[in-house]
Amino acid sequence: MNKLDLANWTQKYAKQQGADDTSVVISNRRSIDIEYRDKNIDKLTESTENSLSIELFANGKYSSHRTNDLRKPALGKFINNALAMTGYLGEDPFQALPDPELYKGRHNVNLELFDSGYHQVETKKRVDIAKRIFDRIQGQDDRIISVTSYFSDSHYENVHLKSNGFEGTYESSTFGAGAEVSLDDGSGKKPQSWQYYSARHLGDLPDLDQIADEALKRTQDSVGQTKIESAAMPMILQNNQVRGLLGRMWGALSGGSLQQKNSFLLDKLDTKIASDLLTVIDDPTIVRGMGSRYYDGDGIAAKIMPVIKTGVLKNYFIGVYYGRKLEMAPTAGGSSNVTFKLGKRSGLEIEQDMDKAILVTGFLGGNANNTTGDFSLGISGWLIENGQRTTPINEMNISGNFTDVLNQLVEVGNDPYRYSSWRTPTMVFDGIQFAGL
Amino acid sequence: MSDITRREFVKVTGSGIALASLSGMLPGLAGCAGGKDPQTGYFSRFGIDSETIRKVLSEALVYGGEYADVFFQYSIRNSIRLEDRIVNSASTNVQLGVGIRVLKGDQTGYSFTEDLNLASMQAAARTAANIASGSKIVPPQEYQPMNLPNYYPVEVSWEDVGIDKRVAIVKAMDEATFDQDERIIKNYVGLHDTEKYILVANSDGQLSTDYQPMLRLIVYCTAQQGDQRESNYFDYAARDDINFLTPERLERMPREAVKRTVSLFEAQPAPAGELPVVLTAGSSGILLHEAIGHGMEADFNRIGSSIYSDKLNKPIAQDFVNIVDSGLNLNVRGSINVDDECSNTEETLLVENGILRTYLHDRISAKHYGIETTGSGRRESFKHYPLPRMRNTYMLNGPHTFEEIIASVKYGILADQFTNGQVNIGPGDFTFYVKSGSLIEDGKITAQIKDVNIIGNGPEVLKRVTMVGNDFAMTEGGWTCGKNGQSVPVSMGLPSALVSSITVGGKG
Repeated sequence: MNKLDLANWTQKYAKQQGADDTSVVISNRRSIDIEYRDKNIDKLTESTENSLSIELFANGKYSSHRTNDLRKPALGKFINNALAMTGYLGEDPFQALPDPELYKGRHNVNLELFDSGYHQVETKKRVDIAKRIFDRIQGQDDRIISVTSYFSDSHYENVHLKSNGFEGTYESSTFGAGAEVSLDDGSGKKPQSWQYYSARHLGDLPDLDQIADEALKRTQDSVGQTKIESAAMPMILQNNQVRGLLGRMWGALSGGSLQQKNSFLLDKLDTKIASDLLTVIDDPTIVRGMGSRYYDGDGIAAKIMPVIKTGVLKNYFIGVYYGRKLEMAPTAGGSSNVTFKLGKRSGLEIEQDMDKAILVTGFLGGNANNTTGDFSLGISGWLIENGQRTTPINEMNISGNFTDVLNQLVEVGNDPYRYSSWRTPTMVFDGIQFAGL
Repeated sequence: MSDITRREFVKVTGSGIALASLSGMLPGLAGCAGGKDPQTGYFSRFGIDSETIRKVLSEALVYGGEYADVFFQYSIRNSIRLEDRIVNSASTNVQLGVGIRVLKGDQTGYSFTEDLNLASMQAAARTAANIASGSKIVPPQEYQPMNLPNYYPVEVSWEDVGIDKRVAIVKAMDEATFDQDERIIKNYVGLHDTEKYILVANSDGQLSTDYQPMLRLIVYCTAQQGDQRESNYFDYAARDDINFLTPERLERMPREAVKRTVSLFEAQPAPAGELPVVLTAGSSGILLHEAIGHGMEADFNRIGSSIYSDKLNKPIAQDFVNIVDSGLNLNVRGSINVDDECSNTEETLLVENGILRTYLHDRISAKHYGIETTGSGRRESFKHYPLPRMRNTYMLNGPHTFEEIIASVKYGILADQFTNGQVNIGPGDFTFYVKSGSLIEDGKITAQIKDVNIIGNGPEVLKRVTMVGNDFAMTEGGWTCGKNGQSVPVSMGLPSALVSSITVGGKG
């Protein structure tokens, strides 16, 4: 039985058994992962997995369930148990399927989420890619202890059905390639770093030599890292690291955080929360984008949405349930592709123009408190002096409050990172507190 | 195993309706009401027998793999959640499948299927077999069940606990939380339980079965004082049944959650720079997990990439420092009766009187080093191959008292509650995040601090553990360790201890 037929059967069965409404998602994913080291395949994993998720709405009560056993007799019993369980919960007047009006107006961009050449990729090619990255790195540096290269791909198919008229299907592919390198720096430490890229289409991955060279370079850059005196100074955040900071506060934009009063951005709509330089647009329509979509989990038709415009907060991510609780119109259940208004200079140009700053090229641990906006994060990178990378840095920490730090943004680069749903350019923040010695 | 057998096959009457019943959800379960022999019950549960296993392993070794194993899993996770004073959501997650692994030297071929018919399993086995290229190896005809101890005996299966009983617990936690303090404005309560049934058999003829229960109860509340809001939580986690939730524990939970939350109103920003840090007994064990535990997992050492790779049998800490990683702690979250590749679990002494003694081994690394495995081969599910992983990692008691440790600090911080940590294995840099703590000034605990990351280097910090208390405690909370995309439940513990100097990432 195909997925749409099974979803229809599941919906019909649940309603026969007493559900007022249902939302059913059936998906399957085929993936292959290769790890290559010591001139051999170290690990080869091949798998196919299925999943059926059902949300039940019955007599004002709500529950959600997932199983990978998709045989009808098992599913039937699974649904019966789920419904019986639901009966014991409290009524929640806010739980109901979305207004079908929200399903309308899907954009008509062909997102090309699936690489039509996917099925022509053979295992030999996958191994060859991993081997080529490995071969490029191995032997390039006498200090190398270990090189592991990676190639993975997956094919995902999804069918989504809601009993008040929503139907959505899509398929997507993801390809990933990268490497991890360890060096012996002679001091007993074994610097280790990696580079990994993901793309919807195989042809959109960077050149394999580039991936290999970057993995090695990042590791070589880690040799001799040290911590310096604690101080406040400008921070250049490398483009692919911006999510490591701003992603930590993204939860504070969600309807759930706002309604539960766990957000420092509560009641901040249409107020200035950041520097004029910060404009963030959520854009689900980017062709081949890692976060692109036609609709969200509620079935809301995906739309381009300003989140922050010249520092002013314009929209939260409000799903249907918390929208009802907050008496706010739903926008989107979560972000798709997070895009930024770009500046004029590249990360390198910015770096070369700095008298003294720390360039952050990696985060390690830490956390943020979205109720208050406080954060504290481990970092590594470079001390920049007179436009030059002078001292490699690690074992240091940055701390602050997002309310302040968002206003300390002084420059945005012109170099968005393309291999993530966060298409982040380089950013510079003034007066960041670095803790070290 | 007697408890497991009884619990699986004798229904204990629960109040109300059971959350979800296993009965009938699995192929062949209907005919397995008997079962003095636990293995028989597991065979029926998965609709297989010795002959099926032999056929699947035979396919797995068709290209000359040196070793193969099959990992059957059935698990069910139930959750109920309370928000805005209503138990307004419940969920279940069922997972059924088998993973098939083939080893050739250090190389791994892996595949899994969710379809437990012979043809699907054989197809998956042949996929995994591709890692090797040689002539067929014949697997054993018989599989010898392992006799295992039980480190998580339970009285009641979660499947027999009525939802009304669960709802009552969650509601009581909510009411008691609001009763504690009028500044509480929001509260979330979640009760989660998992029952995992596994059967592992391998081409060495070993066969193990295990029933792994888990519970987690969490209260997460938000308080408001003037314009200021703060959130914090308290949670319990254990490989146990509902009887773990004693009246005493339930009474304490909302009190602790509220205390942790409202105390943050008094907190000031933490200082910045290298300072002495006192770790309170209990979840401070996160220091060990990050500073040494991961670096001792033998897969990193096998490829020479861990900072501990060349430190075996060398002193790495003061002589009163003893660190173990154990699967044997009664009903503790990271305990296992057997690892996920048919190896007996154990208490592994990682550091003995300051000397580094052994890594944590799985089958691949043990073979590589030519020694016995430490029973540390764990995997998240049938979708994953085993890796060397921690279980419960902790330091044993030392010679000092908590009071002596505090009194020794001129200016530093006391780290009390933790939320997360991370490590970079090669250089050994690690972090842990302190949700709440205090300043120590002139040997006395003074102002409260909050939300600060601490960052250090594993081997250097271990050398700087200059005092260890005699007040050992295991964490009560639910810790999950992630590695190579796999999450496994772990626990940790520590007596109070002093790190003489480490970077505190405060605001200055």
